[in-house]
Amino acid sequence: MSKIEVRNIYKIFGKHPEKWLEAVKQGMSKEELLAKSQHTLGLKDISLSIEEGSIYVIMGLSGSGKSTLIRHFNRLIEPTSGQILVDGTDVTQLGKKELEKFRQKTMSMVFQRFGLLPHKTTLENAAYGLNVQGVGKAKAQETARYWLEQVGLAGFENQYPNQLSGGMQQRVGLARALATDAEILLMDEAFSALDPLIRREMQNQLLELQSRLNKTIVFITHDLDEALRLGNRIAILKDGELIQEGTPEDILLSPNNEYVEAFLQDVNRSKILNAGHAVNKTRLALTMRTRPALALERMKQYDYQFAPVLDGNLIAGILHLSDTEQAVRSGLRDISSLVKDIISVPASTGLDAVLTHMLQSDQPVAVTDENDEFIGMMSRAKVVELVTTDTPSTDNGNGAGSDPENPDSASDDNPAEKSANTTDHTDNSSQADDTGKSA
Amino acid sequence: MFPEIISSRSVRDSIDGFVDYLVMNYADGLNSMSEPILAALVWLEQLLRNAPWWSIIILTMLLAYGMSRRIAFSFGMGAMLFLLGAMGLWDAGMQTLSLMIMATGLSIIIGIPMGILMSKFNRFRSVMLPVLDVMQTMPSFVYLIPVVMLFGLGKIPAIIATVIYAVPPVIRLTDLGIRLVDAEVLEASRAFGASSTQQLFGVQIPLALPNIMAGINQTTMMALSMVVIASMIGARGLGYEVLLGINRLEVGRGLLAGLGIVILAVIFDRITQSYGKRKQIRGAR
Repeated sequence: MSKIEVRNIYKIFGKHPEKWLEAVKQGMSKEELLAKSQHTLGLKDISLSIEEGSIYVIMGLSGSGKSTLIRHFNRLIEPTSGQILVDGTDVTQLGKKELEKFRQKTMSMVFQRFGLLPHKTTLENAAYGLNVQGVGKAKAQETARYWLEQVGLAGFENQYPNQLSGGMQQRVGLARALATDAEILLMDEAFSALDPLIRREMQNQLLELQSRLNKTIVFITHDLDEALRLGNRIAILKDGELIQEGTPEDILLSPNNEYVEAFLQDVNRSKILNAGHAVNKTRLALTMRTRPALALERMKQYDYQFAPVLDGNLIAGILHLSDTEQAVRSGLRDISSLVKDIISVPASTGLDAVLTHMLQSDQPVAVTDENDEFIGMMSRAKVVELVTTDTPSTDNGNGAGSDPENPDSASDDNPAEKSANTTDHTDNSSQADDTGKSA
Repeated sequence: MFPEIISSRSVRDSIDGFVDYLVMNYADGLNSMSEPILAALVWLEQLLRNAPWWSIIILTMLLAYGMSRRIAFSFGMGAMLFLLGAMGLWDAGMQTLSLMIMATGLSIIIGIPMGILMSKFNRFRSVMLPVLDVMQTMPSFVYLIPVVMLFGLGKIPAIIATVIYAVPPVIRLTDLGIRLVDAEVLEASRAFGASSTQQLFGVQIPLALPNIMAGINQTTMMALSMVVIASMIGARGLGYEVLLGINRLEVGRGLLAGLGIVILAVIFDRITQSYGKRKQIRGAR
């Protein structure tokens, strides 16, 4: 069961939202509502499901309703209709006291402009959540001190917020949120007010903290790079409507309308995508024991210049067509002596690094998973296709034919099937087959 | 000629009748209600007048230092008070000072809660704003008459008239200060589950404090400007000296007493302002 369930949330701003709710549910548009009733449609039928221990990014431009949505989670804004379930409890039904308790214990929040108390020291600010809960001063300050240290602010306890830089102030905000030990962390454009270097630093820090704390984090941003970097899943809002929801790869590789595409325009894809995305699943793989004649037959059958050779699930090297022909002529028993070394990269390598590789040499590159097991061969055409910002289209012209793609037959001993690294991209792998065939 | 739509005589008569009715039926009750205030005022006045002059000066200097943390400033304040005594106005000055402290204290006690209520309830605010306008613009003599009728001549009507005249700034600026509190800070405190009391005392009032202090400062200034009028209904002190000066055409007496009022005003003003400033500098974002 997911940690947070958002069910059919509607939010209409105005004097009599309930009067217009039915009309909106029937599909009245934002513009129509505004023209007819002077009411603003904030959120329209939002349903999300957020897994425990994940970072869930809600993204959109200003006015898309993302900040409104995050304020529904702890009811800083009341929904017009809909439910929000946290651990199965409907937050929208909580009474005043219960809601205060809920905010104290279950959710904490980090704000875009920090929201620190200017008349209190860093330490007092970090302890604020605990003070509100009525925790004793000594205990609260001890906890606050610990968390300030965790975010790298040891020694700044007695400074006032205006004596700190923006990045440091946001660290205080983070420490304050973490100090209450709430399981859910809401971050409302938490890093948007920071300069790019500090932002990156804070993102790293958040990821590092998250790897230890395993909180459920709802992160709001207008920055797609940030969303792709942090999010386990991403939801994209536009004009109060949810227009796409999925893993970063889903969004990047198959944007489902122009709005998302426009968003993706400026993204540096080579930083987000990795070698795993540019793999052609291997249909033909040879082993050390393969007879040269069989190898030659297979390679000729698909017109391949070379084929990967496996040793168990590990890549042993590569066999060139010319060597195979020679081996058949000289009657070697198996191909083991002909196998040449091959460069291999882990699937998690960023495409930018892979690109460097490919520019430096025209040797084929193998891709391995985290256990060093062979996944497949890197496809040059695919790398090029992925890093160009145009949306992927069927691509038949394969890298000027200079680089033969991987074999593509229904061989039984296909290790690619076993390693599940690339299972998410089913639609993409069909394209991979296309490119492979044309080799 | 403007046509007579409402007979002003009948309106006047009915107002007069109403005030008479109040005086007949409630004067005693109101008087006994004001008894504790009078007692406190008399006690304060006795204290200030009977205390050795140097102790008052030292106290003022300590207060100035406590508010501003500047030594030269507090010596300056002490010197001003010394000057007041040197002009032969010590006793009158202490009488005025006690009236001032009392009136300002009452204004703060009434004004800050009113300001908080105004900031919380828009409807209350829309009622209060015109009332405050009336309080600030209505000539004070107009309400001096009924107040004197109800309480008789003396210190209590002087205090009441002063409070009516001086309380609007502290109400307005408390309201304004709370409304100006950074919405995100307040939202943060709500997000951490603060109750409305915790929000008020932990966030709103502390952050509104520079504005509230400006309001208190304005209130003391306005209260001081009322002392001459208050002296007409029986409050003694520097205002009474001015009044004597006017009645006897003694320009010198009037001028010196006027300077005495200015000195008190400057002391009050600088001390309250320096406190607000110090808060503001520390709290600046």
